[in-house]
Amino acid sequence: MTDREGGANAGTILYNFECPAERFNMPDTLKAQHTARLTMGHVLYSDMGRVLCSITDDSAGWHDPIGGSSNAELVEARWGVARYQEYRNDYHKNSHDSFLFELAKWGLGARDLTATVNFFSRIDVAADGTMTFHRGNSAPGSFVELRAEMNVLVIINTCQHPLDDSQSYQPKPVHLTLKRTPPPGADDPCRISCPENGRGFTLTERYFL
Amino acid sequence: MSLTASRLIPSHAVYSAEVPAGEPWMHEIRKGQYFRIVDLHGNQAVDTLFYNAHEYSDRYSAQDTIRAQGNLYLTTGTRLMSSEGHVLLTIVADTCGRHDTLGGACANESNMVRYDISKRSMHACRASFLKAVTEWGRGMNKRDITHNINFFMNVPVTPEGGLTFEDGISESGKYVEMRAEMDVLVMISNCPQLNNPCNAYDPTPIQVLIWEPPEE
Repeated sequence: MTDREGGANAGTILYNFECPAERFNMPDTLKAQHTARLTMGHVLYSDMGRVLCSITDDSAGWHDPIGGSSNAELVEARWGVARYQEYRNDYHKNSHDSFLFELAKWGLGARDLTATVNFFSRIDVAADGTMTFHRGNSAPGSFVELRAEMNVLVIINTCQHPLDDSQSYQPKPVHLTLKRTPPPGADDPCRISCPENGRGFTLTERYFL
Repeated sequence: MSLTASRLIPSHAVYSAEVPAGEPWMHEIRKGQYFRIVDLHGNQAVDTLFYNAHEYSDRYSAQDTIRAQGNLYLTTGTRLMSSEGHVLLTIVADTCGRHDTLGGACANESNMVRYDISKRSMHACRASFLKAVTEWGRGMNKRDITHNINFFMNVPVTPEGGLTFEDGISESGKYVEMRAEMDVLVMISNCPQLNNPCNAYDPTPIQVLIWEPPEE
């Protein structure tokens, strides 16, 4: 994923492609790696103890797993109403509904909505728990590379981060590329970044035996 | 952290039950009723999920709750938000001061990752949740088990983005109380975790109470 213009947000949800009841689990991902941000060396865990994706490269340095999604009410309150009738394809979209539309194409729905990772966005958390959108986290040309460790259904939308207090409704594009890579070796940086991930990779590899 | 006590008297509750360590508990709470969870012995993790009682796909959302209040921690005044943007309940009293909603629930599988692959057979919260939704029926299944609240747990995030499980700040008799803003279904797993020092490796029972709305 490449943020060509800077300031993009790629809201992302992930599932086991063959069995979508297995899906990204935000708390398991954070607890296993003792982190509330995601960057190179981290992995995204499913609720079944397996690694859906590894983050193998990252020039932004911080991706947000806690801020969640915008919904219609939030977008209207912050940026007003913009209907298709007047705005054509610049009409206002929101992350929650965008996920539901794409989920429906795969026979999935509201019961399958799960935690969002907001790639390219950063939330700062103060000692009292206050959450603040960190403007300028992603410079033009920033990229993050995910390696699928399973067959993964990935759903992405580029709605602005729900804590983005920008005056203008202005979602930025994200460029996607796909390539084949060799499977991770015994010394793979994501595998050895913590003992938990070593066990996570073992459990993932057992699934495909 | 500020603490808020409740005026409600336990002997006036219309429902009171003790939930043993390691067991699930599931119950409907009607709009306007008050719901209290008491940490009877201190630092017990109470993994909790809420549902719109009339539409289970509309359920507690950890990310929507913290995003809506712009704060990571749950305490008095927090509105517990659903995935469809509804206020399920409001926390109206809290003598503990801070509750977590990032740490999620333990599971057989996450215990294998976090502690050791041999931990597969140890009892875990998501096993209790699965038991509860299976017995409750009405079409509920694993897809309805989403990211929960950990009442009485302290999981701070550092400015550098680290996540730490700190020693508990709860103690015997502390409680959290909520007012239902709509008819809700509550599902609790009274956490059986034996691998984590956050509960001093000693899961203990809790008490749950429900009051009718106070008369005006």
